[in-house]
Amino acid sequence: MGRRNFLRSSAAFAGLGALAASLSPLREIGDYSSVDEFMQKYYKEMTPDDMSKVIKRIENEVQRQYGIRPHVRDLKPMDGVEFVYCLNLTRCIGCRKCVHACVAENNQSRNPEIQYIRVLKLPHGSMDIEKADHLYNPEAVPQKGFFYMPVQCQQCHNPPCVKVCPVHATWQEKDGITVIDYDWCIGCRYCEAACPYWARRFNFTKPEIPKERLNPNMAYLGNRPRKQGVMEKCHFCIQRTRVGRYPACLEVCPVGARKFGNILDPDSEVSYILREKRIFIQLKEEMGTNPRFFYYFEK
Amino acid sequence: MIHATRDYLTFLWRCARIAFVGDWRYYTWMGGLTVFSLLGLHAYCNQFVHGLIVTGMSDEVSWGVYIANFTFLVGVAAAAVMMVIPVYIYDNEELHDLVIFGELLAVAAIIMCLAFVTVDLGRPDRFWHLIPGIGQLNFPRSMLSWDVIVLNGYLLLNIHICGYLLYCRYQGRKPSKWFYIPFVFIAIVWAVSIHTVTAFLYVGLGGRPFWNSSIVGPRFLASAFSAGPAIIILALQVIRRVTRYHITDKALLTLRSIVQVSMIINVFLLINEIFKEFYSGNLHVASSKYLFLGLDGHHALVPWIWTAIVFNLISMFLLILPLSRSLRWLDVACVLCIVGIWIEKGMGLVIPGFIPTPLGALIEYTPSMNETLVCLGIWAFGLLCYTIFLRMSVPILQGTLSKANEHLPEPEAGVEHSPVPAPH
Ligand code: SF4
Ligand code: SF4
Repeated sequence: MGRRNFLRSSAAFAGLGALAASLSPLREIGDYSSVDEFMQKYYKEMTPDDMSKVIKRIENEVQRQYGIRPHVRDLKPMDGVEFVYCLNLTRCIGCRKCVHACVAENNQSRNPEIQYIRVLKLPHGSMDIEKADHLYNPEAVPQKGFFYMPVQCQQCHNPPCVKVCPVHATWQEKDGITVIDYDWCIGCRYCEAACPYWARRFNFTKPEIPKERLNPNMAYLGNRPRKQGVMEKCHFCIQRTRVGRYPACLEVCPVGARKFGNILDPDSEVSYILREKRIFIQLKEEMGTNPRFFYYFEK
Repeated sequence: MIHATRDYLTFLWRCARIAFVGDWRYYTWMGGLTVFSLLGLHAYCNQFVHGLIVTGMSDEVSWGVYIANFTFLVGVAAAAVMMVIPVYIYDNEELHDLVIFGELLAVAAIIMCLAFVTVDLGRPDRFWHLIPGIGQLNFPRSMLSWDVIVLNGYLLLNIHICGYLLYCRYQGRKPSKWFYIPFVFIAIVWAVSIHTVTAFLYVGLGGRPFWNSSIVGPRFLASAFSAGPAIIILALQVIRRVTRYHITDKALLTLRSIVQVSMIINVFLLINEIFKEFYSGNLHVASSKYLFLGLDGHHALVPWIWTAIVFNLISMFLLILPLSRSLRWLDVACVLCIVGIWIEKGMGLVIPGFIPTPLGALIEYTPSMNETLVCLGIWAFGLLCYTIFLRMSVPILQGTLSKANEHLPEPEAGVEHSPVPAPH
């Protein structure tokens, strides 16, 4: 019996040792989460008081990590406003300036690289995006015989991404913007599979942004730095557009291909375009997603 | 009341104890599975810390082998009903006690399913957001929320049925019908639902033409009802070999006819799908082209899917031929069927849905080493659970672990081969 007991306890010890060794990578866990973040309520259930605490927590975290005190706001949609975007395909030259302005404005990870806008190069006469070239890289753009189509979140009226999210972490706001609560998303990536426009991006690891590149003007549902393991995407620059400014991609466009505004205001530029231009396109119209993003052709 | 609780705790304690008792084969097998489980745990901890970047997944192919294995195992779990139906609806005596083994397999498979979903999450620490009441479960709109409910429900149902029947047997009393027959019937419907809901998870995505087809649901069921019972056929033979538990050939052959019919339906549906995809030749065929023929020089899945199809076909012919009435050939057919369906339902279904992306980019996917280790770990853990369940239930069904012998000394290593407890 003595020998048997001895064998038993050595087996138990070996087992515990092996278990500890298996768990050893957890030592590098770092600032994965915090008790406050773990316990945080759902966005729509937070009182203003809760929100100000959360904002304080985020500001502290950003300061600790980047050495800059950011200004984080919880901007609500404005009454009587519904945003739409119009993009003039005749003008777009495929320079990708919008892509990089977006990365800078919205604190996207530089390593690994995350970009919300994908510019497609298409041969004249075709709208079949299966023929699109994503990685074109010539000496100079535009190239003859091609046109360029930047694609980002289309802010659908019937967003499939919202429908599939198992925890309501993504939803459509009154002004038409589909937002994500980065602190509520569980990272299942179902929305990414559901989006017909490949607009969503996932943080496969901890995002890296150089300190000096951080944009300190932040919104909770907008460009505040994301954590590892959550989804993000274009949100029409909430931190700008909800205080009356234009999105970063529009401001940077050198040829004025991008138009943005309030469709509920009949005098806005976008209302004019959708009223007066004869040809405009909603991408993959047959999906029934009814995008708030319109492409049109015009000299 | 106190008495009943004490009895129940003794029962649990004795079950737990017996899981640690066995002969050298048992220890080797369990030791090996433990090693693999821990390797998987190690790989998972690594993923937990560094993020899903340690997998082969990307924004282009955002689900990989985790979800593939999940899908396959939901089918295995659902297939347990294919043993329940003959027993409770057609009063098939041959399979009566074996139902427990099928249901225990379902329990183990669901445990693996839940593990595969969990390791796929970017933020597993936030799983509580899924719990109704305290979280924000998007029910009934999100198919994933349906899946959470039906999988957990199925797990509870099966635990209840097996647990109750085994405990009654342990106590040597007749199970009261009201306590389990209604649940058995609920479980039959439920089993179909877990697999249908899982199919709807894919079918519901309008932006992915490869999945957005009504045949996916029926194909899921057909393939599950062939691979699941095939696994049970193999498992029963292992049980028969390593324990004294008596399982008749006739029972195995009953299961054979289930696999046979399901396999024929499965292959038939596959032909339907291939025809529809390729004959009409519309623009959305790109994913199928990628899967079956390769697209623009990308053909990572082509050898896999053809292996799967060849395996399925051979297995189907073997099953149709009287040859597979001999167990050796039946086993070959079962193995081919399981492997074929695992490829076809897992990688063959999940990955091509992402290739090309909705914007037409062709990015391929290969699972990483870390990812593979996590998968192996979960499979090992699932087998470990199943072995423990069997280790507990076989002696109960045989009567060597029962309330009647509660006061006799516990069996030690090797003794479980004797139908009566050895006198000390
Ligand atoms: S484009 Fe994609 S991410 Fe944006 S609202 Fe539509 S479905 Fe959602
Ligand atoms: S990844 Fe996040 S936002 Fe997307 S469906 Fe899952 S929980 Fe919802």
